Amino acid sequence: MSTPITLAIDTATRAITVAVARGDEIVAQGQVLDARRHTEELAPLLADCLDRAGVGVAEVTQVVVGTGPGPFTGLRVGLVTAQTFAYARGIPVYGVPSLDAIAQGHVRLDAPAAGSEFLVATDARRKEVYHARYRVADDGRSAVALDEPGVSKPADLPAEVRALPAAGYGPVLYPDLFGTAVLPLDVDAADLAMVGLARIAVGAQMPTTPLYLRRPDAVEPSAAKSTLAAGGRAR
Amino acid sequence: MTTSISQPLVLGIETSCDETGIGIVRGEELLVDAVASSVDEHARFGGVVPEVASRAHLEEMIPTLERAARDSGVALTDLDGIAVTSGPGLAGSLMVGVAAAKALALALGLPLYGVNHLASHVAVDIVEHGPLPEPTVAMLVSGGHSSLLLVPDVTHDIRSLGSTIDDAAGEAFDKVARVLGLGFPGGPHIDRAAQDGQITIDFPRGLSTRRDLERHRFDFSFSGLKTAVARWVESRRVAGADVPVADVAASFQEAVTDVLTRKAIDACREYDVAALQIGGGVAANSRLRAMAQERCDAAGIALRVPRRALCTDNGAMVASLGAQMMLKGRPASDLSLPADSSMPVTDVQSGLPVTVDHDHAH
Ligand SMILES: Nc1ncnc2c1ncn2[C@@H]1O[C@H](COP(=O)(O)OP(=O)(O)OP(=O)(O)O)[C@@H](O)[C@H]1O
Repeated sequence: MSTPITLAIDTATRAITVAVARGDEIVAQGQVLDARRHTEELAPLLADCLDRAGVGVAEVTQVVVGTGPGPFTGLRVGLVTAQTFAYARGIPVYGVPSLDAIAQGHVRLDAPAAGSEFLVATDARRKEVYHARYRVADDGRSAVALDEPGVSKPADLPAEVRALPAAGYGPVLYPDLFGTAVLPLDVDAADLAMVGLARIAVGAQMPTTPLYLRRPDAVEPSAAKSTLAAGGRAR
Repeated sequence: MTTSISQPLVLGIETSCDETGIGIVRGEELLVDAVASSVDEHARFGGVVPEVASRAHLEEMIPTLERAARDSGVALTDLDGIAVTSGPGLAGSLMVGVAAAKALALALGLPLYGVNHLASHVAVDIVEHGPLPEPTVAMLVSGGHSSLLLVPDVTHDIRSLGSTIDDAAGEAFDKVARVLGLGFPGGPHIDRAAQDGQITIDFPRGLSTRRDLERHRFDFSFSGLKTAVARWVESRRVAGADVPVADVAASFQEAVTDVLTRKAIDACREYDVAALQIGGGVAANSRLRAMAQERCDAAGIALRVPRRALCTDNGAMVASLGAQMMLKGRPASDLSLPADSSMPVTDVQSGLPVTVDHDHAH
């Protein structure tokens, strides 16, 4: 079988990030730090990364995408781009929780001791963070999630969790509430690609369902509400 | 990039509100119109909830694309171009469609056309009734818009003659339906209820007095009408009398369609245009269709109204406008095309490549 070529995309954190891997080797990576311009920036960045990698769209064999959690609007831009690109090329698309990519980035950058624990906490807006705990695997080269991603006010996390070294942008936003801040602050699609490749190799379930963790804000109108005020579209 | 193909095969994506629409046209021929609607999810909230709509667009994008490809028998690799609604509409919803369109354009190596939702409502009629007379007067009446437009060329020259100064026509239908205890969206319910009713109440016609006409000849106002209906119903209820729902629906509908058709025909006369096109969800209204036909016949104006399914939001209308852009050799949009929730109707296309004048730097 020829070498797989993987396109990795994540838009769950401040970074709009793309990587291209040939086999296990990252051949191009790029990112734009702008949490408000996903729609504008992602497609040109994709084109640019493929270009720099010297990879034509028809050569890509699979897509890996970050499933969040992250601010909804940007998250959806990454997911729909990955799904539609894969559909148009007739290739598979695999989902990886974005916090797992940050955990992988921490292991790569800081080489924490095997068996040690750390936290990933990212900005969930509304004074909350998305979070999950990880343990460094025995080989010291990957991280294993200890719980499902959650969302809460930093102060509501147990003290022993907050005391862990914490990667992601959360500890930068709430320095008084977390222990040591560690790298990285945002997802790097190169890390996402690595986590994805390892999981694809073992045939893991990798749904691309977005991890919203919150219900949409919407209130059913109460019967008492004025008939004049309600109706039409909720803007 | 400029492309001119005699019968361009174009896929259009529409996600400006609560319908995920994918349409494919070949030139002026409609091949498929696949729509998934999240309207039922919004019904219990009495209006469209933006986050609910955006989530539904993401869920429905691939299934709707698959359905469009399957039902038309078109292979995506045979397409000549991709068109997408880039505005106006709900920002989060638009972004799902724009991102999907870019992914298709990139993956298939095709030109991308970011187009105006309102211009698409006009262009859809081309797949129904053939080339648009130039100029045409277009009246767009939906849940979000009520506009009278002069359209010399749907691919790049649309002029606004007037629009609503408060509620959109469809919004008035939705709100009045609520007052009458009918379901959401209200338009079809009022339409149905009115069939069994008589026009017994003389509700106000907005912006129709001589003074109003001086400043707002081609503008609409439906907020006063909505309030008048609510007051009328409330006073009946206070008096302990039954509310004649069918009669109120028929009388309200008459007031709306009377003003709409009268102003549309006045616009045709003023600009000496012999063709009127009506589009948008409210164009599905049976009384509006009948009254417009009568009045156009009397005035010697050719009326064009697409079939009901093409009046409400859909992808075919976007594909149709995209195909016209390709036929007329309009430039494609850049991959950095933004979603523009408040895109003015006069901007038919967006995301055009910026031309930098290197020879005349500052
Ligand atoms: N038979 C009808 N009579 C009157 N109004 C109708 C009828 N059918 C639908 N409508 C109205 O049309 C509106 C929906 O229009 P449309 O599908 O064009 O969506 P929209 O989101 O409001 O459109 P746009 O984004 O173009 O403003 C609703 O307000 C609905 O009540």
